Amino acid sequence: MTSTPNATGDVTPDAPTGASSETETEYHRLGEDIRDTAAPSGPIERRWDDRMFGARLVNPANRRKIKVLVVGTGLAGASAAATLGEAGYQVETFCYQDSPRRAHSIAAQGGINAAKNYRNDGDSIYRLFYDTVKGGDFRARESNVYRLAQVSVNIIDQCVAQGVPFAREYGGLLDNRSFGGVQVSRTFYARGQTGQQLLIGAYQALERQIAAGTVTMNTRHEMLELILVPDAEGVERARGIVVRDMVTGEIESHTADAVVLATGGYGNVFFLSTNAMGSNTTATWRAHKKGAYFANPCYTQIHPTCIPVSGDYQSKLTLMSESLRNDGRIWVPKNKEDAEKDPRDIAEDDRDYYLERIYPSFGNLVPRDIASRAAKYQCDDGKGVGPGGLGVYLDFADAIERLGRPAVEAKYGNLFDMYARITGEDPYERPMRIYPAVHYVMGGLWVDYDLQTNITGLFCAGEANFSDHGANRLGASALMQGLADGYFVLPNTLADYLAGSPFEKIADDHPAVLEARQAVEERLQKMLAINGTRTVDSIHKELGQIMWEYCGMERSEEGLTKAIGLIRELQNEFWTNVKVTGTNEELNQTLERAGRVADFLELGELMCIDALNRRESCGGHFRAESQTEDGEALRHDDEFAYVSAWEHPAEVGGKPILHKEPLEYEYVEMKARSYK
Amino acid sequence: MKITVNVWRQQDAESKGSMVPYVLDEVSEHMSFLEMLDVLNEQLTLEGNDPVAFDSDCREGICGTCGVVINGIPHGPEVTTTCQLHMRTFKDGDVIDIEPWRAGSFPVIKDLVVDRGAFDRIIQAGGYISAPTGSAVEANNIPVPKADADHAFEAATCISCGACVAACPNGSAMLFTAAKITHLGLLPQGQPERDSRVLGMVEQHDAEGFGGCTNIGECTAACPKGIPLDTISRLNRDLLGALSRQTIG
Repeated sequence: MTSTPNATGDVTPDAPTGASSETETEYHRLGEDIRDTAAPSGPIERRWDDRMFGARLVNPANRRKIKVLVVGTGLAGASAAATLGEAGYQVETFCYQDSPRRAHSIAAQGGINAAKNYRNDGDSIYRLFYDTVKGGDFRARESNVYRLAQVSVNIIDQCVAQGVPFAREYGGLLDNRSFGGVQVSRTFYARGQTGQQLLIGAYQALERQIAAGTVTMNTRHEMLELILVPDAEGVERARGIVVRDMVTGEIESHTADAVVLATGGYGNVFFLSTNAMGSNTTATWRAHKKGAYFANPCYTQIHPTCIPVSGDYQSKLTLMSESLRNDGRIWVPKNKEDAEKDPRDIAEDDRDYYLERIYPSFGNLVPRDIASRAAKYQCDDGKGVGPGGLGVYLDFADAIERLGRPAVEAKYGNLFDMYARITGEDPYERPMRIYPAVHYVMGGLWVDYDLQTNITGLFCAGEANFSDHGANRLGASALMQGLADGYFVLPNTLADYLAGSPFEKIADDHPAVLEARQAVEERLQKMLAINGTRTVDSIHKELGQIMWEYCGMERSEEGLTKAIGLIRELQNEFWTNVKVTGTNEELNQTLERAGRVADFLELGELMCIDALNRRESCGGHFRAESQTEDGEALRHDDEFAYVSAWEHPAEVGGKPILHKEPLEYEYVEMKARSYK
Repeated sequence: MKITVNVWRQQDAESKGSMVPYVLDEVSEHMSFLEMLDVLNEQLTLEGNDPVAFDSDCREGICGTCGVVINGIPHGPEVTTTCQLHMRTFKDGDVIDIEPWRAGSFPVIKDLVVDRGAFDRIIQAGGYISAPTGSAVEANNIPVPKADADHAFEAATCISCGACVAACPNGSAMLFTAAKITHLGLLPQGQPERDSRVLGMVEQHDAEGFGGCTNIGECTAACPKGIPLDTISRLNRDLLGALSRQTIG
């Protein structure tokens, strides 16, 4: 497959059977190119204003007749649901947790970016836009990123008004810090728990709407299917979802005028990741199987500053905010023989501060993908420290000497405590050990500028969509995107769609509803009936090992091909030999996990197919075959400057269909990233 | 090391529960407490038995989902969340009792899983600042003295796990409620609703069946985030003020 993206937007026909290698490979078929038709043109700084002005409005009196379902209550979901409730729509929300306040946004530590330029250090909306496009390795859309930078300033105002306790200076004004990948201080933070504080702000706004009666909340409910109903013109529209009440096992259908998925990322396809145990792809994957395109599934962010693995019982990995890289210095022993030594006994001259050496201008603050891969290479080279030689040092000795221990404690105290609790080592006395871990996925459901998927009436926000980070996300930008989507983008773009509603009411016994419910029930019963010999977790762990080995920090044609074969065998193993105890009609955590793992097994295969197709290195996707002489990532803009939007094949066992959305850069010149 | 756990098993809210012993032969000191339960559940599943239901999510001590009573103490012998407790705290041959949060307002759903929906309803009764999206002023127009901001932050670190309720002999949720009153009441943005907030939240707290506070302090001792007891003094002061203004008004 060597065709280039079609810059004129001409149609490439769907491959017929037995097509040439131009349009079909062993693993996929090539479909028509697609375009983001919702994106306005004109000067970039005017596009969002133009879109808002062009969007249709819904009369306040009509809003209460319109119903919207919001799945997921993290930053994107809670902020969208609260804002839509404030506007007067009927909103119904769902989360698998026991409270909306527990969504995994809560675990974000470091901060949230905003182009306030409070430091007077040359920051601006344009610079945040530029940094994000560059940081995303030229695989994000300029229009989306510019809008993100624009609304970033409103987010901080909104959060402060809600009472989010950001860090402040003695004068009472907001404090900032710098973060990986940029040279300005634009990150707002609340000690090491910015995510929790922002989520509590959104959660409180949501609870206020629940009390006001505009939002109905369903906790411990998991979405298992999307309901599509054709309208009078025959256009399939998203009109509802099927959920399982996780306490009673009851299968419920909910219908509405529009559906918003804000269900987070799929990093748990690797089993070990920094995601919460329950984070999953089921909602987005079910939507994908109903026709929604899945974009750039292979773009995975591996976070450089996690606590290394200690044993095979490990259930998850713990991230420590990369803000630690502001003051900590990363090093390994120059000599392999020193890897086992107490680090304090290794002389200064025998240490290799490899990031400072290789990247003198950014040093320890290079983007996450570069920092992660550099650590892997040091460990591959035998210089890794700690159990299994899978770790590098993050040293605060200089910072403690320069700033004093109280200042370091004030900035990073809770992270140091967390490290000490997990490892049993005191980081004030001895350098931390860190190793990369899967942390975030840039891929997700394909959406247009309005955050609408290719399924009419299905919207997707936050980490669950693919839209703003390209091939790599900058630090402190996930919180920014989640809240931008939820507070400011969706409420405007969704209104444009809802202006055409209310649509025909869907009865509970509508054939499309019954069919979706039946599919869910059959699938649950099928899993319960297998009664094999493998536990759900053992299969999930095996999938995770395959993904980490072949679709992790470094990918190759040989490895990915092998991985696809192994995953297919494992899918078969799951559907013939998994053991799910208990019944559906009870709280059954094994059944919950089984359904999620079944979807991860299919998603994992698509990630490998996507990674195999993208024969270039960019951002969080590093192909061994595509690197410079010094081992740096090498993009191929002539061939791969496009979004890969994957369509699920209609026939069972068919090949996924690749639609390319060409990316064009009018404002930021595409050039090789250099952090040297 | 070899560990015996006595686990509370209860099929559902209506069923009667009991403590059931299980033996784990190979527990590593580096395992987290919940990873030890994962290992138990793998063992139970392979034997064809129903695994122990317990809640957990982030497993890094911030989401507040996990929480069991370990040897009579919420979250166990160290001041942290259950997910951050490690088996190095225990020794070979130990017998560990594991029970759900014990409080009438947190009914058991199954085994170690309880319903903490009452906390969300207390927040609904006033635990917020009304700031509809779009209405905010420029952030630095609201300076907050650093000391107030720091104290507000300290109270805002509450993760709503419910250990305070489980620890309290009265089954009171005053520490949880007071943390929110303190967080929002210390900020200039929180002033307009300060009276209605404390009146609404305390009323809901009582309606949920949580007990009253008698200054025992077990709550703050069990709190994994160290929410201080003086937040309850602040709640009482705000409540008294609000009630008197309500009477006069």
